[in-house]
Amino acid sequence: MGDFVQLIVSGTATGAIYALAALGFTLLWQAAGVINFAQGEFVMLPAFAMLFWIAMGAPLWLAFILSCAMSMLVLGYGFKVAIVDPLIKHGVIPLVIATLGLSIAVKSTIRAGYSAEAHPFASPFPAGQLSIAGINVSFADIGTLLLAGAIVVGLQAFLNRTVTGRAMQAVAQNTEAARVLGIDVRRMVLYVFLINALLAAVAALLITPTYLAKFDMGDSIGQKAFFAAIIGGFNQTRGALLGGVLIGVLENLVGFYISPAYKEGVALVLFLLVILFRPEGLLGKSEERKV
Amino acid sequence: MNRALRPVLLVAVLVALAIAALYMKRSDVYLLTLCSVYLMATFGLNLTVGYAGQMSLGQAAFFGIGAYIAALALKAGWPFLVVLPVAAVACFCVGLALGFPALRVQHHYLAFATLGFNVLVFLIMRNEEKITGGTFGISGIPRPTILGVSTNGHVAFFYFTLASLVVLALVLWWLLRSPWGRAFAALRDNPIRAESLGVNITAYTLLAFAIGAACAGIGGVYYASLVEFIEPGPFHFSTSLMMLLAVIVGGSGRFFGPVLGTIIIILLPEVLRSSNLEALKFMQKWYLVFFGVAVVALMVWLPGGILSIADRFRKPPGSRK
Repeated sequence: MGDFVQLIVSGTATGAIYALAALGFTLLWQAAGVINFAQGEFVMLPAFAMLFWIAMGAPLWLAFILSCAMSMLVLGYGFKVAIVDPLIKHGVIPLVIATLGLSIAVKSTIRAGYSAEAHPFASPFPAGQLSIAGINVSFADIGTLLLAGAIVVGLQAFLNRTVTGRAMQAVAQNTEAARVLGIDVRRMVLYVFLINALLAAVAALLITPTYLAKFDMGDSIGQKAFFAAIIGGFNQTRGALLGGVLIGVLENLVGFYISPAYKEGVALVLFLLVILFRPEGLLGKSEERKV
Repeated sequence: MNRALRPVLLVAVLVALAIAALYMKRSDVYLLTLCSVYLMATFGLNLTVGYAGQMSLGQAAFFGIGAYIAALALKAGWPFLVVLPVAAVACFCVGLALGFPALRVQHHYLAFATLGFNVLVFLIMRNEEKITGGTFGISGIPRPTILGVSTNGHVAFFYFTLASLVVLALVLWWLLRSPWGRAFAALRDNPIRAESLGVNITAYTLLAFAIGAACAGIGGVYYASLVEFIEPGPFHFSTSLMMLLAVIVGGSGRFFGPVLGTIIIILLPEVLRSSNLEALKFMQKWYLVFFGVAVVALMVWLPGGILSIADRFRKPPGSRK
């Protein structure tokens, strides 16, 4: 029983990180119609940026803030201006292919220009664990849950309570209507790209201590983000959270009770079940097809 | 180019390749054979991507399934000409089973489903050591004897592969010319119009995908025979990605698009690797970076792939679309 609870807690913590990446992914799709296959690399790059600043002598918190800024500038603004804007008019597929190309380019740049090794990364949380009634929970898991939870709650509050946030939701729901209502659609879309980059940087801070900083670390987290987004419902922000946590927990349970070798397959099986029985996702609403 | 001249030119290229193979180094013939093998898979993928308009990121998984079936069956003494259809049918069926749930919900779902499928197949190949040999793989796969002629020599196997590739390409060509194949194109260009004209979208897309998978399976069988040793590495999801990009870069939906794309992804890195020039040594390290950037640039300026350059010049820019 103790094992089970521990697996659930640490699975939820890992799942919360997947959810952060998935959340950005979902927001991009809703507001800009962009499917970003380089989402995993958007997590990998800030990890290396943080390593760079730490090597420059910055403490972790400063390295994190600097990396967030870099990430928003390059992976948010730069990505939108250099890749999405010129491509969005060609439709979804060329853009998807371009993000695949981007993913290869970014990965190979790190590999050829920096290192193909896995680099250790200091955890932002203290080592050790908390024991309650025979159940051990590591501080890292608690910290991850708290930080990811705070980000999600903050983001939800921003989207639901502020004028800007509601304008962003309006753009996501119906771009044309939002434009008619006088919302600056381009600016709202830019905000979404910035938020996505920020979420990716936070995910990098939380996941790199376990995954280690490596040029291909994004492959796995990127895939989890897609699957989490679809499992939960591509058009629902809450869906990404549910999907992420579900994958994190089930992976832990499968890894422990069935076989660690097949942990990576959990997301796919869950995804296939969802699209077979509930294609709009667990929390999603089905989308009308436009003619 | 004059349409009537095309088949003549093609035959000339094939004959030239066949003659050249007699005078080439063993490793160069191997590379050409490898290219032909990958071409079987990318020709099939072009059917899915270029003609049915679906993204598939799992072609290497089908390639691998074909290769493992071939390795196990050929080692068990099955004749090659029996193994080939068995592998093709197996991949076709797996393709149907995977495509059915994914294609019910259109757009990008097939891309995700095939990507995940590839990851899963890779895990199975690596972990089920009793069947697949795990990371040690399966070695000692025999080359086939066809109608009493052994294909053990490298040139003989190249001829056999090239001939098979030509047959496969002709079958696909015929398929695309048939009313059945024209429905594919109708479907890609405007699915809703095609549906209103009575084309069953899901069934056709599913079939295109499954046939593409079967082609990859056939390619896998030749791959196993060519390399004579297989392990999970070449069937990783990154190979699927390169295959997809090969089709797109060459020009998806153009019959010879995959040829150009496959040369770029298979031959080019090998040429860079074996070269001794200093400038090329730099390129071999940075090759993938340039490739990735080139893909992005291509999508921005030439989303139809390299072979669509000709169209650009043929028509004045204003008349496109």
